[in-house]
Parts: sequence; structure tokens; C-alpha cells
Amino acid sequence: MHMADALISPAIGTTMCVVSAGLIAYSCKKVRETADDRKIPLMGVLGAFIFAAQMINFSIPATGSSGHLGGGMILSILLGPYAAFLVMASVLVVQALFFGDGGLLALGCNIFNLGFFPCFIVYPLIYKKVVGNEPAKGKIITGSLIAAIVGLQLGAFMVVLETLFSGISELPFGVFVLLMQPIHLAIGVVEGIVTAAVVIFVWNARPEILNAATHSKQIGQISITKVLLGLIIAVVILGGALSWFASTNPDGLEWAMFKTAGVEELESEGWIHESLSALQKKMAFLPDYGFKQNEPRAEPEASSELSWPAIEPGTSVSGIVGGGLTLFVILLIGFFLRRRKVA
Amino acid sequence: MNNITKNYMDIRYMDIMASGDSLLHRLDPRAKLITTLLFIVAVISFDRYTILAFIPFFIYPIVLISAGGLPAGYLLKKILWVSPFAVLVGIFNPVMDREIIYHIGSIGISGGWISFFSILMRFLLTVSAALILIALTGFNAVCQALTRLGVPRPFVVQLLFFYRYIFVLVDEAERMEMARSLRSFNSRSMDFRTFISIIGHLLLRSLDRAERIYLAMRSRGFDGNIRMIKTIKLGWKDLTFVAGWAILFIVFRMNNIPMRLGDIVMEVF
Amino acid sequence: MSHHIVEAIDLYYTYPDGTVGLNGVSFRITHGESVALIGENGAGKSTLLLHMNGYLSATRGGIRIGDYLVSPNILNTVRRSVGMVFQNSDDQLFMPTVFEDVAFGPMNLGLEREELNNKVMQALETVDAAHLKNRPPYRLSHGEKRSVAIATVLAMSPDILVMDEPTSSLDPMSRARLIKLLKTFHHTKIIATHDLDMAMDLCERAIVLHQGRITGDGPIIKLLQDEELLHRSRLEKPLRMQGCPICGSSIN
Repeated sequence: MHMADALISPAIGTTMCVVSAGLIAYSCKKVRETADDRKIPLMGVLGAFIFAAQMINFSIPATGSSGHLGGGMILSILLGPYAAFLVMASVLVVQALFFGDGGLLALGCNIFNLGFFPCFIVYPLIYKKVVGNEPAKGKIITGSLIAAIVGLQLGAFMVVLETLFSGISELPFGVFVLLMQPIHLAIGVVEGIVTAAVVIFVWNARPEILNAATHSKQIGQISITKVLLGLIIAVVILGGALSWFASTNPDGLEWAMFKTAGVEELESEGWIHESLSALQKKMAFLPDYGFKQNEPRAEPEASSELSWPAIEPGTSVSGIVGGGLTLFVILLIGFFLRRRKVA
Repeated sequence: MNNITKNYMDIRYMDIMASGDSLLHRLDPRAKLITTLLFIVAVISFDRYTILAFIPFFIYPIVLISAGGLPAGYLLKKILWVSPFAVLVGIFNPVMDREIIYHIGSIGISGGWISFFSILMRFLLTVSAALILIALTGFNAVCQALTRLGVPRPFVVQLLFFYRYIFVLVDEAERMEMARSLRSFNSRSMDFRTFISIIGHLLLRSLDRAERIYLAMRSRGFDGNIRMIKTIKLGWKDLTFVAGWAILFIVFRMNNIPMRLGDIVMEVF
Repeated sequence: MSHHIVEAIDLYYTYPDGTVGLNGVSFRITHGESVALIGENGAGKSTLLLHMNGYLSATRGGIRIGDYLVSPNILNTVRRSVGMVFQNSDDQLFMPTVFEDVAFGPMNLGLEREELNNKVMQALETVDAAHLKNRPPYRLSHGEKRSVAIATVLAMSPDILVMDEPTSSLDPMSRARLIKLLKTFHHTKIIATHDLDMAMDLCERAIVLHQGRITGDGPIIKLLQDEELLHRSRLEKPLRMQGCPICGSSIN
């Protein structure tokens, strides 16, 4: 699932952009080091291949739904982790720009969620460990399946965390996890099977491609310590940025919590709300992080100029009037510009 | 028309839109890229209950669409097409957040619905900004902007090749899919084995093609460095564009214009 | 380089998987000659062409371009003299715009700014494609791609032009235009082709390949009238030399 700009906060968006940018720069450096200029057209063409392949759907038997290829794994197998990461990033860039699938700022998140885990984590740590230097049908299938499932689980979990820490959506952690992980388990199984099948196809048709790919990997060895170091740095930056934001502006989450007190409540809670709340309580992971609990909190502080103005009967009407007027003016400007352009 | 053709036509169309010739099209791509990013950051920096304060921001996409001669309906359809994820996540807000924090007359509106609507507005604004960027700039120009802004060469070069060959590969995929569907009589969507075979063959052809491209590059003296021609230059028009919008965004961010406007109007009456 | 002679000296080539591509090929092409390389599919035409710019290295024997024997260390010099146009134009046009594609070669040779611009525009004007300079390659027609591909090679001012099936899949008008254009080139031309009528229009000499060996080498008109040779090499007479479909008379 692609993260959208609509669901992230600037803190998360920029942090993940910094992380992804760092990973891209690092990958570029590594690709330059291999000095294999064959890679340049190869990366571009394989990127286009993945892009084209993603448009082809096939029907999954007995479910009536359709599946398609993700690509991170196949790219890693053919290109090595660094080049594959860059290619995945490119695919995501094009999707964001041309289809609006995944926001521009959210690219940082998406490149990390869908690129980092397949290329830098599951490929070297799972797939390569299972398949080793002598590929065999069984090993390829096992390796692909486990790698794809784990990779997608990690990616999906990151989406949950990013949404949670942004505070725009009010989806509780527990519920979100319960929704995302099983879906991505299924997607992971499909991805694993498709990857394995394509690899086996290539292996049967032109084994030298796979051999060349596995042997050139000597240059692209990943140091696990470096990966972990990178992750720790990312977490530190993330944590730091968050706390800075929380301390300088009462962000929406906290403001909402304060505003809860002294506000009219609904007489009866719907059963959906109750069961979800109950579920969420059971899975409370970060109970203080501000899930919308209907519990009394401290008195509301004076709202800053950045927050929603005080709700009074008078202001709500003028709000609507002002809103309508603004919209009208904007549409007028747009209309005028359009007329000038056509004329 | 199958899925592949539809997406292919989409990219082609956006690409053709980008070769339009309006004042906006001719601006330096870096200016447009930076302004778009500023816009997105400004929009998503509001708290979750923002609705009215978003309205002034619509001036950005509307002005750009109108002045750039872009097809508004088409862009709107595209935005709708990618909205499911945001909507599905957002719809939980009204479910979870039932506190009434707003009144229109005697109707109470819960915070959840307000934040849901806020998500929708964010979505509309941010996605339209991205689509407008590419429609007014074109992918190659965006890549040029990226290099000039410091993005590492290998990545940008790879982006350019990728984009250039999307058209070729999607064309190939399209033809294979068409050939398959013309010989399938009982199912509209293909079965797994056929899928793997098509993908597999496409992959092998891609690898061969990459090899031939490499040959062509070497035949023309390629030595590992891709040299790019610098054609974009920042002018005062570009700087004015960025500065002007930036100031506007800051003003919109710091003040709730609709409220102010509404207050003034109410005072008059 | 002095007189750009292309000489194959007992050339052998075996593919990595063991198939024999070239089985002892020898010929000598002198400066300014136009030679058609003809033969059935799989006869070894493309393989032979790929030796001429050093992409493939002979298993035995070699190719001489001018004063140099083609070898891995002098590839750059060779590629400056030998311009190759591929069968599939899409493989040859890999830059974002036509201008940048044509500029790719000269830029690699070190040209910049004005010099570069002149070189590129000159090449584009020669193939009548100057108006396409800002187009991306995926928005060109087949014929336009073919012309631009030729321009990309011309911009490097090669002495020897090597072409692989230049008229394939061109519509009749584009094909006629291309033949007209190629007639104006004074380079040494080596053209691998199935289009025997085009070969007769452009080339005085033909080399016939069959199963990696040369079965014929001489004036093209004579070769194409040798029915026994054509049959042996699995070729057919060019259309213009077959009987007139209307009145039945034939040119001999």
C-alpha cells in the first residue's frame, strides 16, 4: 500500500525523505564503485520491465481476485541490492508523479517501505541465505516465499507506524495492524510465488543469467552492521524530530486530547466503536500516545493561533460564510485565467 | 481496452500535456518542483481538524490548471482513481472519534467527520499538486531539476532511461497481452501459468534489449560517464514564481482567511 | 587513418554456447566502396558486422580497419571511424530527446557548446530531421526513428558506415527517401540487407554469406544473376529481375 501525503505529518514526511535520500545516495555510491557500466541501461530497462509487468494482472484461483508483481525481490536477484533499490525508487517516483499513487513527500516513506526491506533486509538475510550459490527449484521457492512475506510484513508495519506517528488518521494502532498484516500476508504469498516462478523460468531458459547474477554479487556484499547502524540513526532522527515538534507546537493529537474535556458527548456509543475500542485497549501498545479515549483529561489550554478557533454559534456561521466567499473568489480567478488562455 | 493500454495512454497523455506552451510550462523546472514541495508541506502541516483554512490553498491548483490550460476533469478523475487507500484509512476517523465539536444550527458534527473531511481535502490538494507538476513540467525536465538540485547522477540517469523505455516495454507487454486475449475464449483475466510465461519472456527480451542498448552506447564512444546538456537557467521569472507562492502559502498557513473574511462580512451585516 | 580499408583476414567466430558464427571469412573493401552483405537469416551477417566495431572479438583471424587490427585496446579509435546503425532503432535512441541522442556521440568525443550544437544540427539537417530535435524518441514514427538513428551515427563523422537492415519495416515513401539519402553519402558503406532491390540501387558490389562462409563476392548485378549461387545460398532474385507480373518479360 502506498502512503499518501494526506495521511502524514511534515515531521514524518521529512524524516523519511531524509532517510530515503541517504539510502539513495549510499546506493549510488556503491553502484558507482562496481564500475560496471553495463548496469546503466540494464537498470533502466529492468525498471521499465517491472513497471510494465505491474500492469499485467492475473487471476488468483479460488479467490476471484487478481494479483500482480511487486518487483523488489526479482530486481535484487538480477541487479544486486543497491541497483535494485535505485530501480524500485524510480518506479515509485513515476507512480507518484504520473498517477498520484503515493504522495511526493510520502515518497520518502514509500521508498523506504517498499524498497529498503526487500532489497537490503530480506534479500541478503533471507533469500540469499536460503538459496546460496547453488540455486535449486525448492530452495528458490522457499527463499522467495519467506523473503517476500517477511519483506511485506515489515513494509506494512512501517505504514502503520508512519500513519500512527503522523496523527492525521485516528485509526487505532491495534485495528490498523489487524487490517494491514493479514492482507499483506496474502500479498506476500502471491509475491513470493510469482518471484519464484519467474526466477525458475529464467533459470530454465537461460541459466547463465542467474549464474552471472549470483557471482557478481561478490562486489555488492552488505555489511549487516552498516545496515543496523543506518536504522539506529534513522530512529534517532525520527525520535528527535518528533519530540521537537511535540514540544514547540501542540500538534493536532494533543490539542484534540485537551479539547475533549468540556465537550458534549454522544449519548450512546455505537457497537462498532465499542468493540474497536475494546480491541484497541487489549492491544494497547502506546496507550499514552493519544488514541481517542473518552476519558477526562486536563483542562484545555489556551489554543494557539494555529489551532481551530473556539467553537461558538456565532463563529461557526461566519466560518461557513467566509469559506464560501473564499472559494467563490478562487473559482472566479480560475475562470478568468481560463478565459484569457483560450482567447 | 485493457488495463495496460489505459495506463499507457495515461502516461502518454501526461507527457503530451507537458509539452504545452504556456507561461507556466516555460518556467524553470526547479522553480515548479520547489513550489510544489512547499505547497505540500504547508498543507500537511495543519492539524487534523482543519477544513476552512484549507480553502485558500485551492488557489494554487486552480490557478495552475487554468493558466496552464490543463484538463481539470481528467485530473480529477485520476485523483479519484487513487483515493481508495486514503479514504479507507480515513473512514475510521468518524468511527473512532465521536465527540461533537461543531454545530451547524442544531446539527452536531463529530470531530471524526471533520478530520475525515480534512483528510479528503488534504488528499485532493496534495495529489493535484503532484499531477500538475508533471503536467506542466514533463518528466525529463523534472529529472534535470533533480540533478541541478544535487540528486546523485546514477539515480537520475537511471530515471531517464527508465522513463524512456517505459513506452517500449509497455508496448511489448500490451502486444503480448492482446495476443493472449485474442486466443482465450473462456476467461477475461489470465491464469497463472500464462502470466508467468508472458512475464518471463518479457524479462528475457528486456535483458537482451539492455544488452543491445549497451552495444549502441559503446559504439558511440560511451566510457561510463553520461554527459548531460545543461539547458535550464534560473531567471527572475522563476524566482518571482517561487517567492510569490511561498509568501502566499505562509500567509494562508498563519491566518485562517475564510474565518477572517466571514467575520468581516458578518460585522457588516 | 589512411585509406579506410576494411579487411577481414581469415575470420573465425564461435559463440559462447559453441555454435559457429563465422567459418573463415576473408575480403577486402576499399575506400568509398558500397558493399551489400547478403544472405539468409542466420548466415552470419550481423555477427560479421559486430566484428567491425570491435564489439565481438574474433576467435581466430581478425579484421583490419585502416591501419589498425581491431583489438580491445584500440576500440575507441575504431569506433570513431566506424559508425554502426542497428536494425532496431529503439535500441539506438536511448536519450530523452532527439537532440541529446545525436549529441551523445560527439559529446563523448569531447565536443562542447557551439561546436557540439553545429555538429548535431548538421547531422539532423542531413537526414531532414532538424524539426524533430526536441522530440522524445517514443514520439517518433518508424521512419523518423530510422532517420534520427542515422543522424546519431553521422554526427561522429565516421569514415565507414555499417548498417544492419536499414530499410526493414519502412513504408514505401520512407524507404525511397532513405535510399535517396544514402546515395548522397560518400562514406564506405557496408549494408547487410534482405532488400535486394535497395542493394542494387546503392551498391556496386555484393558479398554473399551462407552458413558463416563467403559463397560469392563480386559485382552485384553479376552475382544476382547467378541462379546457381543464389539457390545454393538460399536466396532469391531481386524483384526487379524477376519476370514482369503483367507482361511476363524479364530483364537479363
